[in-house]
Amino acid sequence: MSGRVRLLQGNEACVEGALRAGLKFYAGYPITPSTEIAELLAERLPKAGGVFIQMEDEIGSIAAVIGASLAGLKSMTATSGPGFSLMQENIGYAAMAEVPCVIVNVQRMGPSTGLPTSPAQGDVMQARWGCHGDHPVVVLCPSSVEETFHLTISAFDISEALRIPVILLSDEVIAHMRERVVLPEGDIPVRSRPRPTVPPEEYLPYDSSFGDVPPMASFGDGYRFHVTGLSHDESGFPVGPGKTTGCLMKRLLGKVESRRKDLVNLSEEYTDDAEILVFSYGSPARSALRAVRLAREEGIKAGFLKTSTLWPFPSEELAERARKARFIIVPEMNSGQIRGEVERSLRWDIPVIPVGRLDGELMTPSEVLSAIREAAGRV
Amino acid sequence: MSKFLSYFRVKHLPHIWCPGCGHGTVVGALVRAIDKVGLKKEKTVIVSGIGCSSRAPGYLDFDTLHTTHGRALAFATGVKLSRPELNVIVITGDGDLAAIGGNHLIHAARRNIDITTVCFNNSIYGMTSGQYSPLTPLGSYATTSPYGSLDRPFDLSALVAAAGAPYVGRATTYHVTLLIDLIAEALTIKGFSFVEAITQCPTYFGRKNKMGDAVRMLDYFKENSVNVKALDRLPPEERENKIVIGRLMKKEAPEYAESYLDLVDRLRSQGGDGR
Ligand SMILES: Cc1ncc(C[n+]2csc(CCOP(=O)(O)OP(=O)(O)O)c2C)c(N)n1
Repeated sequence: MSGRVRLLQGNEACVEGALRAGLKFYAGYPITPSTEIAELLAERLPKAGGVFIQMEDEIGSIAAVIGASLAGLKSMTATSGPGFSLMQENIGYAAMAEVPCVIVNVQRMGPSTGLPTSPAQGDVMQARWGCHGDHPVVVLCPSSVEETFHLTISAFDISEALRIPVILLSDEVIAHMRERVVLPEGDIPVRSRPRPTVPPEEYLPYDSSFGDVPPMASFGDGYRFHVTGLSHDESGFPVGPGKTTGCLMKRLLGKVESRRKDLVNLSEEYTDDAEILVFSYGSPARSALRAVRLAREEGIKAGFLKTSTLWPFPSEELAERARKARFIIVPEMNSGQIRGEVERSLRWDIPVIPVGRLDGELMTPSEVLSAIREAAGRV
Repeated sequence: MSKFLSYFRVKHLPHIWCPGCGHGTVVGALVRAIDKVGLKKEKTVIVSGIGCSSRAPGYLDFDTLHTTHGRALAFATGVKLSRPELNVIVITGDGDLAAIGGNHLIHAARRNIDITTVCFNNSIYGMTSGQYSPLTPLGSYATTSPYGSLDRPFDLSALVAAAGAPYVGRATTYHVTLLIDLIAEALTIKGFSFVEAITQCPTYFGRKNKMGDAVRMLDYFKENSVNVKALDRLPPEERENKIVIGRLMKKEAPEYAESYLDLVDRLRSQGGDGR
């Protein structure tokens, strides 16, 4: 692809991606290691006619983001663990009320204040299940600076197309490292929420007769509609328990479930004949690939599989690629949060070897390589 | 009456409020104020949090947003900054605004963003059936203060004024004309304007505190209120425990959304980098 070559930090690439995707509203509260995103947007957004505001906390930030999205603007916030925890209730609100928005969580080591400047992947389950109640969410997970650029655009596209909150789950390594990035020239095609085609008096904000993603009007455009986090019918007004609520929940969850195959985003190398498959995501994927290449040099049939879409989880795709595998290695900077998901996907048929780090240090290739070698000894 | 009915989503009435509740009176005042200043339904967004009072937007025929507990002002901030030409009104309860939403309140007032906030202050958590709020008077009974509340209440209007709001007023559901006038004036203010509407909750506050029915509670408001203009004339010892009503603050201050738009214009006129 032709484009401009730049040396960028992950957080900078996120900003470039967001602006290219059409970001017009950012609200946030400073927190390491995400702060550069806010700082850059404070400079760039007003120049682009967009809105930047530093709110009083992260609860207010995500709330303002949802309000802005309802007023018609593509909106985003960025944070890290402690702030991400504070946002959970309103992330559920966005899911329930079907308000597109992008939430960037640059993971740092936790719980609590943890290690503010060190990487971790301890929020992968929180990103999926952090807020109360069943809810649809898509979580994207970059493993390079360039991928951060592209996945940020995808986050907006998916969020707008499905009217759901999308979480870009970065980590401190990816956010702060600098890499060569090719930024595409010219306009890139981006998606926007479906808009109503009926006159205001016929508009139902949650009308599913157009498909499972109802057209979305903006406040101030004359549609005079109601939005609530309560269970509601197609008119947007509250309903009690029963069939309408059941159908609503089914449709909300179905928006992601029915598009699972389109949302899955896997990269692979040496998987055809792999006996030892390394399944990875985020910054450890870099070490995983290096380890697999080194193992191949040693004649070990190792394979590399990386997912950029963490949720929905690529269960079927993983199972398919793991058919010939004898062992699956899952390197992650947590206590094995995705390992369980891998085991479940493979129905416990293939032994899964976790390689975990909880100390705030990044995952090294040699750690993954020794796990590969150990497994090879057992093949 | 029919003139005001046009502001309601009549289909969604009757409302959920208990017999004797004052919330309907405040909504009636709000609608009359909106009518008085001539706000367009298409250009007005009403945002609320969670609580009995926060259910009001559902009955009103505008763009309406029923958010999460305490967060109405933060959602409203996003709406206002995105579409500064819209009139943004926040409806909230004393618990919603002064407890869980207290941080957003003082910061919205400090920023001076052009939002009109009407707080339905019934001195109690109505929706969750009668726990004490930060506005429950000292010594009052609630389900969570069975021995009388030890918590000192806020003077909410004074708090909002101190946080920087250029317009603050207070009235009760007995003083409906004043309430309409205050809300109407608040709606014309460019900046953060705040009206504290003292309202009766006979079901949870009145009953627990042996205040009698709604009429007796309204009588109490009548007998214990004093207009701020007449406050000087009362001897100091009589001023205590009075509900001070009227316009409590009116001043000029730069409005946030406008300042932001000015910044955008300035940067754009400088072109390019704009630094
Ligand atoms: C985060 C959260 N905490 C608690 C609640 C429960 N809750 C619902 S309404 C309410 C209090 C409402 O009181 P107030 O704001 O005074 O309004 P009123 O019902 O009296 O009009 C509470 C505590 C909630 N919905 N969300």
